[in-house]
Amino acid sequence: MTVSTMFLRGLTFGVAAAGLIAVAPAQAKVEGNTIVLGSAISFTGKYSTNGIHAKNGYNLGVKRINEMGGVKVGGKAYKLKIIYYDDESTPLRTAQLAERLIKQDGVKYFLGPYSSATTKALAPITEKYKIPMVEAEGASRSLFNKGYKYIFAVLSTSEQYLASSIALAAEIAKKNGKDPSSVKVAMAFENDPFSLDVRAGVLDDMKKFGMKAVIDDKLPRDLSDMAATLTKVKALRPDLLVISGHSKGAATAARQIAEMKIKVPMIAMTHCEAAKIVQKFGASTNDYLCPTQWAETLSYKGAAFGTAGEYDKLFKKTFKGYKNVPYQSAQATAAVLVWKDAFERANSFDTEKVRVALTKTNMKTFYGNIKFSKGGNNIAKPMVLRQIQNGEFNVVAPSEWASHKVNWPRK
Amino acid sequence: MLDNIYLLIQAPLLNVQILLDGLFVGSIFALAAYGLALVWGVMNVKNLAQGDFVIMGGYTAWLLSTWGIHPIFGLPIAMVLMFGFGWVVYVVIIRRVIDKDMFTSLLATFGLALVIQQLLNLAFGPEVQVAESHFAINSFFDGLVTVANIKFISLLLAAGLAAMVVGFMKFSRMGQAIRATAQDARAAKVMGIDTDRIYAFTFSLNAAICGAAGALISMIWVIQPFFGIGHSIRSFVVVTAAGLGNLPGVIIAGLSLGGAELYSGFVFGAELQQFSVVALLVIVLAVRQVQQRRHRQAVK
Amino acid sequence: MSIAQQKILLYAVILVLGIGGPLIFPNYTFQISVLWVMILFALTWDILGGQMGYNSLGNIFFFGVGMYTCALVQVGLYTDVSVYTSATGGANLRLTPEEYFIGLGLGAFAGAIVASIFAVIFGWVVFGLRGPYFAIGTLGFTLAAGELVGAWEWVGGGGGIALPVYPGPPDERSLLFNFLCFILAVIAFLTVKWMYAGQFGLAANAIRDDEEKAEAMGIHTLRYKTVGWTIAAFFLGISGAIFGNMVGFIEPLEVAFPTVTFGIFMVVMCLLGGKGTLWGPVVGAALFHIFKEVTWTYMLGWQWVALGALIIILVVFFQQGVMGWLQEKWPSRFGITVDENVVAKKSSEAAQ
Repeated sequence: MTVSTMFLRGLTFGVAAAGLIAVAPAQAKVEGNTIVLGSAISFTGKYSTNGIHAKNGYNLGVKRINEMGGVKVGGKAYKLKIIYYDDESTPLRTAQLAERLIKQDGVKYFLGPYSSATTKALAPITEKYKIPMVEAEGASRSLFNKGYKYIFAVLSTSEQYLASSIALAAEIAKKNGKDPSSVKVAMAFENDPFSLDVRAGVLDDMKKFGMKAVIDDKLPRDLSDMAATLTKVKALRPDLLVISGHSKGAATAARQIAEMKIKVPMIAMTHCEAAKIVQKFGASTNDYLCPTQWAETLSYKGAAFGTAGEYDKLFKKTFKGYKNVPYQSAQATAAVLVWKDAFERANSFDTEKVRVALTKTNMKTFYGNIKFSKGGNNIAKPMVLRQIQNGEFNVVAPSEWASHKVNWPRK
Repeated sequence: MLDNIYLLIQAPLLNVQILLDGLFVGSIFALAAYGLALVWGVMNVKNLAQGDFVIMGGYTAWLLSTWGIHPIFGLPIAMVLMFGFGWVVYVVIIRRVIDKDMFTSLLATFGLALVIQQLLNLAFGPEVQVAESHFAINSFFDGLVTVANIKFISLLLAAGLAAMVVGFMKFSRMGQAIRATAQDARAAKVMGIDTDRIYAFTFSLNAAICGAAGALISMIWVIQPFFGIGHSIRSFVVVTAAGLGNLPGVIIAGLSLGGAELYSGFVFGAELQQFSVVALLVIVLAVRQVQQRRHRQAVK
Repeated sequence: MSIAQQKILLYAVILVLGIGGPLIFPNYTFQISVLWVMILFALTWDILGGQMGYNSLGNIFFFGVGMYTCALVQVGLYTDVSVYTSATGGANLRLTPEEYFIGLGLGAFAGAIVASIFAVIFGWVVFGLRGPYFAIGTLGFTLAAGELVGAWEWVGGGGGIALPVYPGPPDERSLLFNFLCFILAVIAFLTVKWMYAGQFGLAANAIRDDEEKAEAMGIHTLRYKTVGWTIAAFFLGISGAIFGNMVGFIEPLEVAFPTVTFGIFMVVMCLLGGKGTLWGPVVGAALFHIFKEVTWTYMLGWQWVALGALIIILVVFFQQGVMGWLQEKWPSRFGITVDENVVAKKSSEAAQ
């Protein structure tokens, strides 16, 4: 133990402290004429495909609002800006990054992360710090029954994702003179909070019709093979196969369903658009049913982007490589619109006033109507079910939105 | 679980499907594992980036396929490129850790694995990719068993490659020099063998083998920047089970791992498919240790 | 200043920094808490990895066990676990402060005990493995444990568990957890220091240098290894319990058993600071944590590439770590006597 070693130790801690201070200078929630929004979202890791879709959506929303003159509060126009961090698709980072955004960057207004898992980790923190968060990518029902007051979700909750496909299967069974309870369902869901909640919703709906699950597999995280599950599908010949596993699950499933020539009259899966399965696997994906939060063909219309179709065009022009705009991007843009609307109605930057304004949101956008329940989820917008018909996504259910007839059975 | 077993008994043809799928993918596991056994046996390097080499090969084949080159022709290109990459990695990293303790190579290659997977992610994005072969898919027994032609072809290619590597090791001067170095590096050096070059060649050969395995994987499975770790673990399971320098053992272990993975996915459900791989590793190690304990020795 | 005085001063500085840090820099409380957890990781890993030469890649297993045990106790004391963890949203648990702290205390205690029990059981299985097989074996069972918990529906499987919400203001919460982490790291440090100073340290180093000879000399190697591992598991169990509550939402693969992140970090931190030294893990953890936080901010998207490159550079060029390098540079200041003759002889041999 000597002076020099001690000096070095002292130095280490000095460096530690200095390093921590240097990490990020504190900023104000509104700097000059810029309103700062914060988001910790997935740029790397298992959710990153959709994390990037969502980021594109956020950025387009900010770009459009700034182009249109920004957000007007107190007679002054403000620009929007987003501070991003990478949560690496793990809730482990979320809590750390949330504190960084709140404490060090001084962010007072949050945009949500991608996935229910990370949103679940974030919600208790924003709640405690009384920081309102408008989120677009966390659909799990458990987010909205905890009495949280600072979370607002523009999307429909996850139990609705595949509910209409179950109803459709029952309808078709009835039309063919069969009892809906005779429908056999095969389920393959990724083992993560979002997909498990979708599964719980499907189970509830199946119970309603008395349907039976013949397969109930949970797909692992690093899924690169579904052959075992699909072999079971072959043997048990279910009437409906439902799959949910974010983009990775959708792509893997689409690939192997084609390769193993799985013949099921009805296949429904989430994240078809985000996984770009039509581009990748072409005609083999025909007649898949894909639930979507939003479709460019729907007759929604709002101030910032015009109609859903116009948003679709603008998005494809801004970001290259999209054949279909994933709803993950559209709803992210919608979340930015909700912020603008709330700031302007609150006419203030006080988080409490903005929160109250958020609870009273009632707006029409290109993404659909947005109105929040007491729990914070959007109750003014339905999920629709689209079918891939000759490479195009056509809305087939529910009937009030349907533009095409459902193809059944799938060839 | 029981009804799944019952299903297998009731429809025995399903076993054919599972066994075939296991065989196809197992042959690729065996190929990658053989590469690992090579570097482990010859130069005592435990390459945790093995799976990431595989994925790199896969991305090479996939990238070429997007430029209109069929992945089967992409395979030799992937091998050549990976051979060069392996040489660079050897010169920059492996040469410096080769005579350090065994844990060092494990950690250094883990760092390498991180760099590779992240760079792949930055370059190609995190989406799942497939190198489409556009070959026909055959159905047997009223569609109960389906086999894509590409899977047959990949099996043949894997077998052919393995045979070539074995022949090379047996008959070429280089192969003999590699085996001599593996047996006793000092003696080989005394005999005038440039062991440093041998090591460089061995490591590059392993990278090339991985490249081939990756090209095959990209055709029959799917690839994604972060799937490397799974392939690394599979290689370690196979090599640990088979032991070093035991080629028939590696082949048998690789094929049975492919089968075991699919069977456990079928019987226990997909959620335990990955568990079964690591559980097998632990069981293999435990069994080997019990065997050694009888001789009052440890598994080294 | 005498050496004793210097020591006292050093510890006083650390103590002041530990307590004062979060008060002076309240915006960095979470990062400071994570720093203490990292130091604990490195310290406990070094018991086996540095002092005994058993390089485990699976120590994070005990962290996960502690985390899940604690969470189950916290939830199970007041409601039905399977209802609480169900995917549909489950029960809404609002605890009074008293209930919360009883749950947390009992949970952390249970986490430590269960982790220790697992250490004894697994030690019996894996301590016959040497070198790479030990590393791979421990890696294997940790990965397996994560997958298994993920398939266990009663604890929510891959859906994870949202932990009971802290009944108090958020700043108080982060301060509390920060001090818990700090105190735990200090206790771990003192325990380890005391262990190394005595018979345990000598036996451990004997095992590292030559296990067969150590056994031949009558050292119960298995007993020492098990004791070392159990102590590591005990601390990791508690830290898992605290960390789980700090994060607020746990799930098996990413949070509780993060084998390829925290599990590897502990090894890298020890290497960085210097394996087999008392202060090495502490210094390594501090440096590593700063490196990580800085790259995570300024190299967004490239942070993992930087981390991988750091690991490679460390392992290839800087094996002895900071403390090892210092010892080599100024051996006399570490109380190591150097026989100049031997050094001269060695270097002349090397020259030949």
